[in-house]
Amino acid sequence: MMPLNRRQIAWRAAQDVPDGAYVNLGIGIPTLVADYKPAEREIVFHSENGILGVGPAPAPGEEDPDLINAGKTLVTLLPGGAYFTHSDAFLMIRGGHLDLALLGAFEVAIGGDLANWTTDDPNMSPGVGGAMDLAVGAREVRVLMQHMTAKGEPRLKRRCRYPLTAPGCVKRIYTDHAVLDVAADGFILREMIPGLDVATLQGMTDAPLHVPAPPGVIATPPL
Amino acid sequence: MIDKQVATLAEAVAGIQDGATILCSGFGAVGSPDRLFQALLEQGATDLIAVSNNAGSGQIGLAALIKAGRVRRVICSYPRTTDPVVFEEEYRAGRIELELVPQGTLSERMRCAAAGLGGFWSPVGVGTRLAEGKEEREIDGKRYVLELPLKGDAAFVRADKADRWGNLTYRKSARNFNPVMAMAATLTVAEVGELVPLGALDPEVIVTPGIFVDRIVVPGGEA
Repeated sequence: MMPLNRRQIAWRAAQDVPDGAYVNLGIGIPTLVADYKPAEREIVFHSENGILGVGPAPAPGEEDPDLINAGKTLVTLLPGGAYFTHSDAFLMIRGGHLDLALLGAFEVAIGGDLANWTTDDPNMSPGVGGAMDLAVGAREVRVLMQHMTAKGEPRLKRRCRYPLTAPGCVKRIYTDHAVLDVAADGFILREMIPGLDVATLQGMTDAPLHVPAPPGVIATPPL
Repeated sequence: MIDKQVATLAEAVAGIQDGATILCSGFGAVGSPDRLFQALLEQGATDLIAVSNNAGSGQIGLAALIKAGRVRRVICSYPRTTDPVVFEEEYRAGRIELELVPQGTLSERMRCAAAGLGGFWSPVGVGTRLAEGKEEREIDGKRYVLELPLKGDAAFVRADKADRWGNLTYRKSARNFNPVMAMAATLTVAEVGELVPLGALDPEVIVTPGIFVDRIVVPGGEA
């Protein structure tokens, strides 16, 4: 059994983004989704600092210091892209104009509660950025994260231990082990990596797993 | 005759009082009027409230004001940005207050002040720690919290081009918070890359009309 790496989690999530979608990618694993967009689909990536049509990283020599994404990395603009002000960027988010937000998370709880902005670490200041706006405003929120913490604690939980970003907003989760949909009383298993069984995955998950149909097998290319 | 250009950076920040609330534009270092912060450092105003998306990068700009102990309180969405060493040190030492505001709420509160409105009902933050103590109500079956306007005594913005009437244009993602902050302060000061003759800016591409702008300074090209 080989858990997916970060790029493979992003690849799997990218396969589910439909042609024509307006999508915001959160910082971390979600940012990688842009690299695995299926070639035949036109997907418009939104950045909270006022860009629609975010393109890939600039080629050497093509960098423009005035063109960055939410993670403050240099990007490019695709033909058809547009710049606008922060108020409009968040109007798009809050007003339900984005089809999809793909976000990172510390934890997701049954019912779709999302915790992704602070762990209350006393050694650093807290920051919320656009996390709450995206969680509340995008028409659909999906999370990309590791199934467990580095210490082996489940991140899919009955109840979030960390402060909430928004209650009841997450619909689907892509982890390094599985693809799951959120239910009111647990998580619905859709796909697993090859060689993993339901009992083992249940042991890694702090809430009931529902398996209404035999789960599919996640088949990603080596990345 | 209207001529909003001032000759020096010192003139650009003249009259800003101790205790003032300063709207500080930029997203990370992009679109940040660093010369104005430097000028304010030299001007001496202290006990300031800085409204900003981040809380300064590196050692220049807003970070330099914070390091010099001039900022009592930061109202921002995400204090940790590229190289946030100065803020983190002051925060850990308990020498600076932090008010955390979701990013879209931050820009909308300023837009509200600019538009003469008394506040707005936002779904962002409902059910989280950041909504604690805020008035809440249900509208059409959805919960909202009351967010109040946020007005600056001064706004420091950074624009690409300006004319003597104060019309401003921006470059790419350096637009970010600049237009909303320019509208939301009693005194708006613009640090610009280039001053062009009146009539040279295409009226179709002016983003901030001059009515919102009080002073313009061209660092390095002071009249």
